[in-house]
Amino acid sequence: MAITVGMEWYLPVIWSLLLAVAIAMYVVLDGFDLGMGILFPFAANDRERDQMMNSVAPFWDGNETWLVLGGGGLLVAFPLAYSIVMPALYLPVIFMLLALVFRGVAFEFRHVADTSRYLWSISFAGGSTLAAFFQGVLLGGFVQGIKVENNAFAGGPLDWATPFALVCGVAVVAGYALIGSVWLVMKTEGAAAERARARAKVLLPAVLVFMAIVSLWTPIAFPRIAERWFTTPNLFYLAPVPLITLALAYGVWRWLEKGYEHLPFFGVIGLFLLGYLGIGISIFPYLIPPTLTVWETAAAPASQIFMLIGTVFLLPIILGYIVFVYWLFRGKVREGEGYH
Amino acid sequence: MEFDPILLARIQFAFTVSFHVIFPSFTIGLAAYIATLEVLWIATGHERYHRIARFFTKIFAVSFAMGVVSGIVLSYQFGTNWSRFAHVGGNVIGPLIGYEVLTAFFLEATFLGIMLFGWNRVPRGLHVFACVMVAAGTSLSAFWILAANSWMQTPAGYELIDGIAHPTDWLTVIFNPSFPYRFAHMVTACYLTTAFVVLAVGARYVYAGRYPEDGRTMMRMAIGLIAILAPVQAFIGDSHGLNTLEHQPAKIAAIEAHWGSSEDIGGSVPLVLFAIPNEETETNDYQIEIPYLGSLILTHSLDGKIKGLKEFAREDRPPVAIPFFAFRIMVGLGLLMIAVGWLGAFLLWRRRLFETDWYLAPLQHIWPIGFVTILAGWFVTEVGRQPYVIYGVLRTEDAISPVAGWALATSLALFVLVYAVVFSGGIYYINRLIAKGPEGAALDPPEGVPNRPLASAHKATRAAINAREE
Repeated sequence: MAITVGMEWYLPVIWSLLLAVAIAMYVVLDGFDLGMGILFPFAANDRERDQMMNSVAPFWDGNETWLVLGGGGLLVAFPLAYSIVMPALYLPVIFMLLALVFRGVAFEFRHVADTSRYLWSISFAGGSTLAAFFQGVLLGGFVQGIKVENNAFAGGPLDWATPFALVCGVAVVAGYALIGSVWLVMKTEGAAAERARARAKVLLPAVLVFMAIVSLWTPIAFPRIAERWFTTPNLFYLAPVPLITLALAYGVWRWLEKGYEHLPFFGVIGLFLLGYLGIGISIFPYLIPPTLTVWETAAAPASQIFMLIGTVFLLPIILGYIVFVYWLFRGKVREGEGYH
Repeated sequence: MEFDPILLARIQFAFTVSFHVIFPSFTIGLAAYIATLEVLWIATGHERYHRIARFFTKIFAVSFAMGVVSGIVLSYQFGTNWSRFAHVGGNVIGPLIGYEVLTAFFLEATFLGIMLFGWNRVPRGLHVFACVMVAAGTSLSAFWILAANSWMQTPAGYELIDGIAHPTDWLTVIFNPSFPYRFAHMVTACYLTTAFVVLAVGARYVYAGRYPEDGRTMMRMAIGLIAILAPVQAFIGDSHGLNTLEHQPAKIAAIEAHWGSSEDIGGSVPLVLFAIPNEETETNDYQIEIPYLGSLILTHSLDGKIKGLKEFAREDRPPVAIPFFAFRIMVGLGLLMIAVGWLGAFLLWRRRLFETDWYLAPLQHIWPIGFVTILAGWFVTEVGRQPYVIYGVLRTEDAISPVAGWALATSLALFVLVYAVVFSGGIYYINRLIAKGPEGAALDPPEGVPNRPLASAHKATRAAINAREE
């Protein structure tokens, strides 16, 4: 790579950061509402399920929009990467999308249905769980690398299906279930909140175990990642990431014990972001590991600039009204609220 | 078993896009309708507008959910099924989709929360504002997606470098030659589609004597809109046709099933009313035609010439039968819309609208007309663009992803299965909401008050209700 520190160097870096932000927003926001869906079958009764669903009903649609921005952002800034990743991860992408279809319509159908209500509860729980699982598989499939020849995907339709990717799938299900449970601690009251708290205490250690497995597996299986983490001086710069993770996990545990309502949720967001940062450190600057970097897959500068101008103005406005809506629906879920 | 990836990818895209297009077309119109009702409610204080708005909000919520989930699928299909297209056109198409997400999707998805769940929680003004924002979001979304689609039809403002499109002028990219026509045509189609659903629902209530007051308001508003917009749409469509003749002559030739050049058939082009286009013999079987009319419609002159299909190389011609028949369905239904709108306006003027059974009875079943018309129009324009995905730049067969045929076949089978279950469910539930009626949407639903029984559909009862509420 030639060292030309100009616009063509900066733009892809800015865009990879923006993309990372969009995906992080997605993981946190849709993470808790998918997680709530994963926990659906464990609710005590239908009333509690209504309460759970109402806690995210005003937000889920906006949350899922970040997924479109993630996919759209990849197409905008890195069309070549988009055109390689999507065919490479074809089946998990399709499975995830279909799971989201089932889950998304269940929000509305479940309220309108009466005798078939339980079917939409199943569809909601199943769709949420499968969508989370395949998002984990996508993550694993991406981290483990994609076979590329002549700027196109050159592998088979099942290349992604490795034990590593499947473990990542289960890990994400556990992670989303955790953030879903601390969301419910914050948004529900009484028995429902207590059950959510108990569940979070089971899920937190499970998630830490998965984080440990993935953190050990990646450097062992992929030497390029080991090189990133375990050579000096990187080792010293990067060591705080796992250490802070452990400290924060302990904090979340204590907050759950002490009965805090909001802190566990924000603590788990912190855990997610730290894990995410770890993956970013392992991957950057590859967008198609281990072949193509962000610079090699970037869109035409004119396209990146055109989109950047709009993003700089629009993103703060979007974040503003999203915060406004969350603030508007702050506090515990009120019963029987809505248009139904 | 061997699978043809191109055919499978095309079927899959046609299938998913056809399902998807139905919901936004309905919700774009419906969001505007709900916002209008809300503004009227604030302005006039009539509770009726609020009641109707709440009623349609429930239907909106179900349709919007189906539009969102099927739309997310589409946003990823550019990559999964058409990755070569994403690479070649990404520099241009990407930002258009990106702006759609930033300006439209977030707006509608975020304010939807207030629209659906804020009834008792936020001040009236803020709620109306949320409804207006949702409506604005859906329309902005149409703006960007049609800019992208139009660019694929009539690409402009770009240059090709190593076979990859690079933008040179964004205003030209967005406002490409066919964009204004396509955008106006589509948005008008959305409003008409929604108006016909509102009209059918209103007619159903008026005819059955249930919620007659609300039903009449729905009918009045819908007929007013249709009587004006349906003829306007015919005019926009005609202008769009002229634009297509200029930029995509092969598409027009296919729509008209017009094979030879004008000279072959004596200077002017007839309008083919019916025929079975035969691509083997390059002629039409069983043709019924009106002389000169083709020239008159397409060129606005009696001896205007248009290019025939035979003047294009075989591999550059679109398939003929689909655009030909779909176009006739679209225009036929469009004319029916004008007739229904004007007849309704006439009856309204004569104060006979709500008593004219022969008009009301079939009207209850007219709700799909807009959806069918839009699908027909969609097929005309998309199939007519073939064999290109970006007209004149990238052929469909070169746009495909490197994905194995069996993987495409699997995903297609899953899409058909899932969509069949999910969307038939949605239509069933919407129908149930309509059957329940607006009373269920009242702020405090009265317990134990049954809906007026269908028996009151009896003419005398209905006349009495009408007389009382006149």
